[in-house]
Amino acid sequence: MSNLQRENGNDFPQNRSLSNLSYNQPNKKGGSNKTMNNAMVKQALKESFLKLDPRKMIKNPIMFVVEIGFLITLILSFAPDAFGASQIAPWFNITVTFILLFTVLFANFAEAIAEGRGKAQADSLKNSKKDIMANRFMPNGEIEVVPSTNLRKGDIVLVTQGEMIPGDGQVIEGLASVDESAITGESAPVIKEAGGDFNSVTGGTRVVSDSIKVRITSDPGESFLDRMISLVEGAERQKTPNEIALNTVLTSLTLIFMIVVVTLPFFTKYLGFSLEIPVLIALLVCLIPTTIGGLLSAIGIAGMDRVTQFNVLAMSGKAVEAAGDINTIILDKTGTITFGNRMASEFIPVGDEKIQDLVQWTAISSIKDETPEGRSVLVLMKQKGLKYDDQVAADGQFIEFKAETRMSGMDLKNGLQVRKGAVDAVKQWVIAKGGSIPKDLDEKANMIAKEGGTPLSVACENKIYGLIYLKDTVKPGMRERFEQLRQMGIKTVMCTGDNPLTAATIAKEAGVDEFIAECKPEDKIEVIKYEQSQGKLVAMTGDGTNDAPALAQADVGLAMNSGTTAAKEAANMVDLDSNPTKIIEVVSIGKQLLMTRGALTTFSIANDIAKYFAIIPAMFMIAIPEMGVLNIMRLDSPMSAILSALIFNALIIPLLIPLAMKGVTYKPMKSNALLRRNLTIYGLGGMLVPFIGIKLIDLMVGLFI
Amino acid sequence: MSMTILSIVITLLVVALLAKPMGIYLVKAFDYQQTGLDKIYGPFEKLLYKIGGIKQVNQSWKQYALAAVLANAFMIVLVYMVFRFQGILPLNPGDIAGMEPTLAFNTAISFMTNTNLQHYSGESGLSYLSQMIGILFMMFVAPGTALAVVMAFVRGLAGNKLGNFYVDLVRSITRVLLPIAFITGLIFVALGVPQTLEPTVTAHTVEGAEQSIARGPIGSFLSIKELGNNGGGFVGVNSAHPFENPNAISNFMQILLMMLLPTSLPFAYGRMVGNKKQGRVLFVSMAMMFVVLLGTSLAYEYQGNPILNDLGMQHDQGSMEGKEVRFGTGQSVLYAVVTTASETGAVNSMHDTLTPISGLITLSNMMLNTVFGGVGAGFINVLMYAMIAVFLSGLMVGRTPEFLGKKIEGKEMKLIAITLILQPLLILGASAIALFTPLGSDGISNPGFHGLTQVVYEYTSSAANNGSGFEGLGDNTSFWNISTGIVMYIGRFFGLVTMLAVAGSLASKKLVPETVGTFRTDTSLFGVILVGTILIVGALTFFPTLVLGPVAEFLTL
Repeated sequence: MSNLQRENGNDFPQNRSLSNLSYNQPNKKGGSNKTMNNAMVKQALKESFLKLDPRKMIKNPIMFVVEIGFLITLILSFAPDAFGASQIAPWFNITVTFILLFTVLFANFAEAIAEGRGKAQADSLKNSKKDIMANRFMPNGEIEVVPSTNLRKGDIVLVTQGEMIPGDGQVIEGLASVDESAITGESAPVIKEAGGDFNSVTGGTRVVSDSIKVRITSDPGESFLDRMISLVEGAERQKTPNEIALNTVLTSLTLIFMIVVVTLPFFTKYLGFSLEIPVLIALLVCLIPTTIGGLLSAIGIAGMDRVTQFNVLAMSGKAVEAAGDINTIILDKTGTITFGNRMASEFIPVGDEKIQDLVQWTAISSIKDETPEGRSVLVLMKQKGLKYDDQVAADGQFIEFKAETRMSGMDLKNGLQVRKGAVDAVKQWVIAKGGSIPKDLDEKANMIAKEGGTPLSVACENKIYGLIYLKDTVKPGMRERFEQLRQMGIKTVMCTGDNPLTAATIAKEAGVDEFIAECKPEDKIEVIKYEQSQGKLVAMTGDGTNDAPALAQADVGLAMNSGTTAAKEAANMVDLDSNPTKIIEVVSIGKQLLMTRGALTTFSIANDIAKYFAIIPAMFMIAIPEMGVLNIMRLDSPMSAILSALIFNALIIPLLIPLAMKGVTYKPMKSNALLRRNLTIYGLGGMLVPFIGIKLIDLMVGLFI
Repeated sequence: MSMTILSIVITLLVVALLAKPMGIYLVKAFDYQQTGLDKIYGPFEKLLYKIGGIKQVNQSWKQYALAAVLANAFMIVLVYMVFRFQGILPLNPGDIAGMEPTLAFNTAISFMTNTNLQHYSGESGLSYLSQMIGILFMMFVAPGTALAVVMAFVRGLAGNKLGNFYVDLVRSITRVLLPIAFITGLIFVALGVPQTLEPTVTAHTVEGAEQSIARGPIGSFLSIKELGNNGGGFVGVNSAHPFENPNAISNFMQILLMMLLPTSLPFAYGRMVGNKKQGRVLFVSMAMMFVVLLGTSLAYEYQGNPILNDLGMQHDQGSMEGKEVRFGTGQSVLYAVVTTASETGAVNSMHDTLTPISGLITLSNMMLNTVFGGVGAGFINVLMYAMIAVFLSGLMVGRTPEFLGKKIEGKEMKLIAITLILQPLLILGASAIALFTPLGSDGISNPGFHGLTQVVYEYTSSAANNGSGFEGLGDNTSFWNISTGIVMYIGRFFGLVTMLAVAGSLASKKLVPETVGTFRTDTSLFGVILVGTILIVGALTFFPTLVLGPVAEFLTL
C-alpha cells in the first residue's frame, strides 16, 4: 500500500527544474494561479491607502520619513509660509506633495500585492474549514455527533466514506483512501492506514472510500489547516534575521542623509542664501533608500509565497532564509535519489542457454506479475525490442510471490512450471526437480551483487536459463541537479540502508558527494551534528516518525505531507506534494530571496549618484550660477530637475515590483561569477539607469514648466 | 618637473617595499606565542609588567575596551594638570605660563587621541616639561593604544581571544614605536634637526633687529610625530620649519615614517587571519585610492592659481602660495596627501592655500579615513567598510553575508551602523553649529566658500584624529577649544569601543566553512566593491558639503 504513496512522491515535476525557476507555471490550487488578478489589485489598492496610517508606517522607518515629508509639504501647499517666508511657487509644493504621496502609496501597494497572493490562498483554504460534524466515540463506546470545534486532543472519531476528517489526527484502526486536494491541490486520493508511516490525516480532507478510526492530535485553532491559513495570510510573519540587519543598515543610511539635509541650510545660510523646505525634503527623499525600503517587505513575503507556490509550506521566513545558506543536504536514497524499486536492466543467460530462450521464459513468468519488478521486466523487453510469444502463457496459472518460496512464476496449461526468484531459491527448486546448476550461475550472480544489483534466476522445469539483473535506478536528471548543487557549494550526502557496495554504486551513478551505507535513523542525527559542528547548515528531508529528531536537528527540515505528524511537527517545512527532491528548489528560492534583497539594495544606493547630480546643482544654481557645470544631465531648469529626480524615485518602486515578486533570476554558478553578473546589472545598472530615466522625465516635465 | 615626479614615484615605491616586512614584524611583535623577539624585549617588558602590576591574562572585549578608555582618560587628566601648572613646574627655561583651561583641555585630548590639533604654538605655549612629559609621552601612548586595539580587533576577526590591552600597549611601545623612533630620531639629528634643552636663542640681525630662534629637543619629537601619525609640531609651523624638516632627505624620511605603520597593517592582518591574499587586496585597494587622489591633487596644483595665471604670472612651479621653496609644489602636495591619508596632520606647507581641488582631496582623505588612515584607527575603519561592503553586496551571491567565515548579522550591523552615523554627525553637526553661531563663524579669516571649508576642515581633522589645520582659522577660543576637544574625543574612542564589540561578537561565532558558494573577499572584484562602497557611502554623505566648500570655490575662482 505504501507504494501508492511513494508513487506520488516519485512523480518528479520536470518542469520545475532548478535552472529554470519559472513562477508562472499552473498552480494546482486553481484560482490563484495568476500573479495578479483584478480582485487582488483592487484589494491591494485599498490596502495601500489603509497602510498610510502612521502607526503602521512607523514599522518601516524609511517610508515613514517620506510620509512625514509628505505631511510637511501638504501643510506648505496650503500655507506656503508656515515654516518661514517662502518664495517658491505654490504649484511646486503641491506637485511635490503628490509625488511624495504616490511614493508612499507605491511602496504600500508593493507590500499589499505581495500579501494579497497569500490572502487569496488563505481564503480558499478557509472554505475547506467549514463546520464539520464529527462522530465522536463516547467512553462507553457509543458514538455522538459533535461539531469539530468541540474536539480535543485525544478524542477518537469515526470517519466514513464521503465524510470530512474533522481534525488532524492519527489513524488507529482501518484503512481508507483520502482526498487531500484541499490542502495539496493533488486530486488523486492517497491511502491512509493504521500503523506505519502513513497514518497521519489532516483535518479538512475527505475520506473517499472505506472508513477509519482517528485519534485527534490537535486542539481547535492549532490544526495544520489553521497554521497553514495563518502562514499564507502572513499573520504570523516576523522579520527574518537578515531582514532586520538590512533594515538597520538602511535606517542608518536614512539617518545619515537626515543629518546631511538638516545641516545643509546652516551651511547655505552662512554663505548667504537659504534653501526652500520642499526642496530639502525632495533631496532627502531622493537620497534615502526608498526603493529598497519600499520593496523590502514585499521581497520577503513574495519569497515565502514562492515557496508556497511550490506546494511547500514554510513555518517561518527564517527557514526559507536559512535554506539559502545550506552547506549540506542529506537525502534518503530510496524514493528521493532512486525510484526505490529495483528494475530489470539486463538479461544474462547462463550455461549454454541462448538469450532468446531466457527472454521467452522470463516474459512468461512476468506477464501476470504486477509487482514493480515484474512490470519492469516487460518494460525492458519493450525498450530493447526483444520479442516473445505470449500465447504460451494463455490460461496459465499465476504463482504469486511468497516470502517462504521467494519465487513467483506461472504453471502453464501444458503442465510446465516456470519460476523466477532469488537465486538460492530457484537453485533449490531446480535441484529438487532433478536438474543441474550451470557452472557460471554463481559467478555471474555474484558479479551482479557486487555491482550493487540484485540477481533473479529464471528457470523452467529443471533448467536454469539465466539471470535478470535488477537495479535500483537513479531518477533521471538527478546527476545534473547534484552537479548544480556542487556549483552552489552544497554537498550532498546520501543515506541508505543498503550495504556499502550497493550504496557506493548508486552514489557514483547519482553523483552524490558522500554516502552513508547501512544507515539507521540515529546515524542521520550524527551526520547532521557532525556537519553542524563544522559550522555548516544542514538540510534534510524525512517522513517517518523516526526521522523526527533528525528533522528537528537539521537547520532546514522538510517533512513530507504524507509522513507522520511527529515528522511534520519537527520539521520547519512541509512539502504538500511529498516530493523529497523539492528541498533543492527550496534552497534555490532561499538563495534567490537573499539575492533579490542584495540586488535591490545595491540598485537603490547606486541610484543616489545620479539623483545627487540632478538635485545638488539645481539647489545651488540660483545662488551660485557656476554650479551649472555640475548639471551634467543638462536638465531643463532647477524646478524640473528636482521634480524629475523625485518622479523617478517614485516610479522606480512600481516598476520594480515584478522583480521583487519574482525574484532576480538565479542560475547556479560560482559565487564570483554570480557576483560579477549581479553587480554589473544592479550596481552599474543602478548608477546608469537613473541618469537616463531622470533625463527622459525631465524632457517631459520641461514641456509643462 | 619630471624629476619631481620621479622622486615621488621612488618615495612611494620605497613605502610599498617597506610595508610587507613591517607587517611581518608587527605580527611577530604582537604574537602571544613565544617568538624570537621575547629574548630581546622580554626582560624589559617583564619589569614593566611588574611595576605596573599587569597580569598577562586575556580580556573580554568589554574589559579590553574599558582598559583602553580608562587608561587614556587617566592620562588626559594627568597631562591636563601638567599643562595647567607648567609655569611652576620644572624644566621651564623659557618661563612659559600655565595654559588656559579650555586650551589645556583641547591640547590634552588632542594629543591623547592621536589628533595633535594644536591651538597653541609649540615654541611659545609649552614648557620643555610639557613638551616631553605631556606631548612626547602621549605621542607614544596614543598610537600605542590604537595599535593595541587594532591588533585585538584583528585577533577577534581571526576568531581568537582579543588579548590584554596593557600587554599590547607595552608591546606597541617597546617593540614598535620606541626602537624605530629612537633610530630614526638619531638620523634626524644627524640631518641637522636640533636636540637640546637650552632655551630660545636671541639673534641680532644685520639690520640690528632682535630675533628669537626657538629650539629644543626637536629630534626626539620629530620621529615619533611622524611614526605614530601624531603630527603635532614642536614649533608652530610644523614640518615647514627648517628645524623640523631641514632638507629633502628629512622630508623623504618623514613621508616614509608616516606611511610605515598604516601601510603595513594590511599585511599584518592578512597573516593574522590566515588569508594573505585578502591583506594584499586591502592594501592594493587603498593604494589605488591614494594614487588617484595624489595624481588629481598634483595635476590641479601644477596648474597654478587661475587668478594669478590670468594676471600673466608664470605657473611653471605650480601654485607656490603657502609652500616652502625648498620642497616645491611636488613634494608639498605629496606631503599634504600623505599626511591626510595617514591622519598624521604634520604639514610642510599651508593647506589653507592649496588650490581648491587639492584642498578637497586633503579633506576627502580625512572624511573617508580609509585611504590607509591613521595607525590602527584607519585600518579598523577600512575593515568596517569591508564589512559594510560584504553586507550590502554579499547578499547578491544568495547567502547571508559572511566575512572571514563569520556571519555578519543584526548585532554587528547595529554597531557598525551607529559608528557610521557618528562621522557625519560629528563633522556636519559641529560645522553647522560653528557656522550658525558667531562664536564659531567669527574665527573665519576668509569668508565665503573658503571660510566654509576652513570650518569643515577643522572638524573633519578633529573627528578623523588627523590634527592638521586648514589654518587661517582663529581657533584658540573657548568655543573652538571645547567643541573640537569633544569631537576629537568622541571621534577617537566611540569607534574603537564599537569595533571592539564587533570583534568580540565575531570571535564568539562559529566558523562557516568556505565553499565555492561563499562570497570571496580576497579577489580583485572585492577590492572594486570595497572602494566603491567607501566612495559611494563617503561621497553621498559629504558631497553637498564639498560642493558648497571647495567645489564652489573652484568654480567661482
